[in-house]
Amino acid sequence: MSQDWINALVGGVIIGVSVSLMLLWNGRVTGISGIINGILSPVRGDILWRGLFVAGLFFGGLTLRLVNPDFFSMTKSANNWSTVVAGLLVGFGTIMGSGCTSGHGVCGISRMSPRSLVATVVFITAGVLAVALFNWVGVYL
Amino acid sequence: MKNGLAAFVVGYIFALGLGLSGMTQPQKVIGFLNLFGTWDPSLIFVMVGAILVHFVTYKIIRKKKSPLFSSHWHVPTKKEITPALVVGSALFGVGWGLAGYCPGPVVASLASFEEGPFLFFVSMIAGMFLFRELDKRLKLTK
Repeated sequence: MSQDWINALVGGVIIGVSVSLMLLWNGRVTGISGIINGILSPVRGDILWRGLFVAGLFFGGLTLRLVNPDFFSMTKSANNWSTVVAGLLVGFGTIMGSGCTSGHGVCGISRMSPRSLVATVVFITAGVLAVALFNWVGVYL
Repeated sequence: MKNGLAAFVVGYIFALGLGLSGMTQPQKVIGFLNLFGTWDPSLIFVMVGAILVHFVTYKIIRKKKSPLFSSHWHVPTKKEITPALVVGSALFGVGWGLAGYCPGPVVASLASFEEGPFLFFVSMIAGMFLFRELDKRLKLTK
């Protein structure tokens, strides 16, 4: 196995441990789009943990950056317009579809939720087809 | 307060896992989705590793009466496959393939202080608001 595969597996195990702690401690699914969505319509008593979760993600990111900035390497510079369109689609789609890679792909599949299985198959398939199309059209720089 | 600190710790560990796995490198994510080109399958193992762990821990943890820092469970129980679920997930997949970011990695990537993640994050929040406004009028998720 190449180093990339081992890193991916170990990273995945760490993610699995973190979502398990969320369930054990707070009884919640670690669905990042949903957690952010809850901040956008604040409900009393349900906002602090969400904010602190996002802060934790950011501080984890800061730690990664201090260890090695290559964790965030962007080898090609994307167009600003494509980044904006992509962000809009991801924000719109994850709220419409009630979840993203973490909530559906990791937490939902782990508890064998039929909705999450469908969602994950759909977003990976859509992603694969989109990348094939974008390559063909020449969207990537 | 305890549940807030717990959420912070979870977010922090989650970000480390994302970084180590390669999920915070958009080119790597696009390579993973590039099944019909020069495919980089390594990111499959992120899901494999995470699901292997959580599949087991989920069953064990749910045997408890309640979580440690909350009086009850908040796990979703919906079962219906709705058009909104399918269409929303498809739109998300297209955006994911376009920029190589999904919500978790882009928040962690804000720490790179680069323009790309920032622009993506702001647009993502706008997209969330956009859907919520549309949903208020059209009731797409009902």
